[in-house]
Amino acid sequence: MQSFVTLDGLVAPLDRANVDTDAIIPKQFLKSIRRTGFGKYLFDEWRYLDQGQPDMDVTSRPKNADFVLNQPRYQGAEILLTQDNFGCGSSREHAPWALLDYGFRCIIAKSFADIFFNNCFKNGILPIVLPAKAVDDLMGQVKAHEGYRLAVDLPAQTITTPDGEAIPFEVDPFRKDCLINGLDDIGLTLRHVKDIRAYETQRKTRAPWLFAGN
Amino acid sequence: MTAKTLFEKVWEAHVVRMDGDVALLYIDRHLVHEVTSPQAFEGLRMAGRTPHRPDFTFAVPDHNVPTTGRELGITDPVSRLQVETLDANCEQFGITEFAMGDVRQGVVHVMAPEQGIVQPGMTIVCGDSHTATHGALGALAFGIGTSEVEHVLATQCLIQKKPKSMRVTVDGTLAPGVTAKDIVLAVIGKIGTAGGTGYVIEFAGSAIMDLTMEGRMTVCNMAIEAGARAGMIAVDEKTIDYVEGRPYAPNGNDWDQATAWWRTLHTDAGAKFDAEVHIDAASLQPQVTWGTSPEMVTGIDGKVPDPAAEPDAVKRTSIENALAYMGLKANTPMREVTIDRVFIGSCTNGRIEDMRAAAAIARGRKVAAGVSAMVVPGSGLVKEQAEAEGLDRIFIEAGFEWRDPGCSMCLAMNADQLAPGERCAATSNRNFEGRQGKGGRTHLVSPAMAAAAAVTGRFTDVRDLT
Repeated sequence: MQSFVTLDGLVAPLDRANVDTDAIIPKQFLKSIRRTGFGKYLFDEWRYLDQGQPDMDVTSRPKNADFVLNQPRYQGAEILLTQDNFGCGSSREHAPWALLDYGFRCIIAKSFADIFFNNCFKNGILPIVLPAKAVDDLMGQVKAHEGYRLAVDLPAQTITTPDGEAIPFEVDPFRKDCLINGLDDIGLTLRHVKDIRAYETQRKTRAPWLFAGN
Repeated sequence: MTAKTLFEKVWEAHVVRMDGDVALLYIDRHLVHEVTSPQAFEGLRMAGRTPHRPDFTFAVPDHNVPTTGRELGITDPVSRLQVETLDANCEQFGITEFAMGDVRQGVVHVMAPEQGIVQPGMTIVCGDSHTATHGALGALAFGIGTSEVEHVLATQCLIQKKPKSMRVTVDGTLAPGVTAKDIVLAVIGKIGTAGGTGYVIEFAGSAIMDLTMEGRMTVCNMAIEAGARAGMIAVDEKTIDYVEGRPYAPNGNDWDQATAWWRTLHTDAGAKFDAEVHIDAASLQPQVTWGTSPEMVTGIDGKVPDPAAEPDAVKRTSIENALAYMGLKANTPMREVTIDRVFIGSCTNGRIEDMRAAAAIARGRKVAAGVSAMVVPGSGLVKEQAEAEGLDRIFIEAGFEWRDPGCSMCLAMNADQLAPGERCAATSNRNFEGRQGKGGRTHLVSPAMAAAAAVTGRFTDVRDLT
């Protein structure tokens, strides 16, 4: 996994609550058996006016000029700023894959849905929850100032605004460590394989039916 | 002894080790489908790993499978490759699969309880958010992403922080025509789509315990629509009777030992929850969603809301966006909203009881002119049972299509989709923009309400038809 330490990036505002993973990456693109290549279909139904299909050449597709990511000022954005309950609905990890492939490494929201939040950390994306007032203030700033950037420092757990204000954020210590070091948590868990075997042995005594096989 | 919740009992039985407040949680059964697993199997291969417990892993293709003309196979080459990839992965790693030609094939969350793979007190995961369904049997079941699918394949464990607990108590007696689906839609309407975020919800109270197992599965299935990764319901004799005799259920001495533990799987008197919600069952009407989030719901006597009456700016914008997408005007009575399509099926409402409820309304009636209606049983065995009861004849005579099992138009990954602007009464779980096809407009309802909409061409109180 790609590590995440610091990021100084352009911010794009997605000023909607309850953005679901069906909106982030529509179902027809889930037929792929790969992990990559989803970025061009990110927010497909909002970004394009036609009906998107897998393996389509997106360069000739009609774009929805009103959609925020199609505005020239937000090209190259690496930080997405949004409202409550981002990533709700389906568990599809294709959603963080699409965001990452598009170029987003950090998502700042008032709140996230659990499965999506978890999936971000497995893919080197840092999801940050900020209080409602802080998100509202940033949303105003981003819209008012073209080229608005934020500097995210994961070890220090701060977001620094262009005028030097440092906004602190919380992050789980275990997830922080994995993200900074780009750790594969399967490797971490396999270090405990003895404990897993020991658990299975005692569980087999207490709940033999689980191991009976059929 | 401290009083414990149902969730705590199941959680504590599965903790392999703790590192600070992070648990390594053992997973008893891993369900796999074709959409969220190919990258996980590929990851295993690239790392030279093999599944830790292929015998605890069960697979079924459901999202991409066609619901008609199955003898022709899957015509879409991209869908076909995904299903064939699942077949090949199961073959390579020795995983039991209920493949497309198998009568047991169906929506993973219908198939697994039906086969007795899901049992009380188990931890169950699947790369699918509706895994919450299985909490109806007193299991701790939740959806995971593909990286976690790979993690469970490789280790049979997950790294988890203990979630908070919420109890939703639904007491009282439901009015006739009001169902499990209406309960859960009302719960989501009350607590919101993020109301359960960070929690496991235990559904309790007399109205929940009075539900059949199928009804309990409908309720737990949609816990995720309230933001909760898992919903759970205490084990009672109904649960145990449901599991008994199923192909993967314990036998002999194992059965006695299993049921002795299962009977302890309920919340002790005095156990504490982090949050409590109460709902009066008698106050509920049949529910209909009007918007693009399951929390945008009202009773059948209700109206489309007026955004002007919403003081919160973000919510007001959400309502305005939803009404624009749904093509609805503020203050329109739900009973005046006409429909084009009906979808009866899905992991929420694709079980035999759902087929019976819809057939009871369809019997002797005709699908309204201009409406196209389809019934998609949740599994091959549900289909077989429904046909043995003559339900297929009732549907076909009424003008419904009677299809083969799969996820179908719940998420429209196969050919079953809405055209832009089409309005659908659906028994599925999500009314998100584009969920059933780009520009499609979804209203979530119970099976009986969907059948009522089919035969009248508009949303109708099912109680007016009985």
